[in-house]
Amino acid sequence: MLTTAFALVFFYAPVDADQGIIQKIFYVHVPLAIVALCGFVAGGIFGLMHLRTRDRRWDMRSYVTIHLSIVLAVGVLITGSIWARASWGQWFVWDEPMLVVFLIVFLLYATYQPLRFSIEDPEKQSRYASVFAITAGAFVPLCFGAVRMAEGLTHPQAATMTTSGPASVSQTFLISLIGMALLFVTLCKYEMASKNATFKLRALRRRLAGEDDDFAAPVARSAAPQL
Amino acid sequence: MFLLALSGGDRYVAGAYLVFVFLVLAYLAIMAVKLARIEREVVELAEIAEQRDRPTEDKQPASERAKAKKETVA
Repeated sequence: MLTTAFALVFFYAPVDADQGIIQKIFYVHVPLAIVALCGFVAGGIFGLMHLRTRDRRWDMRSYVTIHLSIVLAVGVLITGSIWARASWGQWFVWDEPMLVVFLIVFLLYATYQPLRFSIEDPEKQSRYASVFAITAGAFVPLCFGAVRMAEGLTHPQAATMTTSGPASVSQTFLISLIGMALLFVTLCKYEMASKNATFKLRALRRRLAGEDDDFAAPVARSAAPQL
Repeated sequence: MFLLALSGGDRYVAGAYLVFVFLVLAYLAIMAVKLARIEREVVELAEIAEQRDRPTEDKQPASERAKAKKETVA
């Protein structure tokens, strides 16, 4: 899907009359940002489910979603900086609210892993992390909603760029967005499967160690949830 | 080198897309390393389980037995 999207970006979508070829960054930067922010919100929802059900699997989902969203957010910041440099001549513009808000959100979530790692008790760790995920997850739409309502038109708006141009722009953008969302879900499932396999192996090792202590591996302190 | 060969805006566009590809590849590489570790652990646990099922006189791990068998054949 993403390959199709990128092929459309370069062979189907028209070159922007105002920004020229650099507008093509839009098709990777904006879907990345939307998926990363949705991932943060989803992490909050999973955290809420964890607090409601006390099921550790929800905490695991919340952890994986936020972890992957942080990785995508790094991509957003780098591609955004490249676009800003090409378009405005500066790597980062401090008086641009959207950029600064995204940076604040990123820095907020950058504390998620250290927070988890600092709490030794797995039960407390998952509970506190869920509270953090819910609070920060609610902060994301609130912040971006406020900026959207208050700011001028300095930052290019995804909605304006896709609806004012030809249909090929909105179609390419939509396919890029769907591709990015599918990539996010696939990578989430991949990481979840890997984590589950690790925990099952650990449980198996503990079972075997029940008869002989030589096989018991010490459980290392980790930021990841313990199932 | 590839980026330097490009002109003006092309360079920035290529850079942005390469950053994205690099991020995804780096993530997949880290996950592959983790997967390899899981595989090693599975082999190790299988050997332990095999050792337990076997009578007490034969305590040699499967990998060592395979190695010994190879040496005998050679």
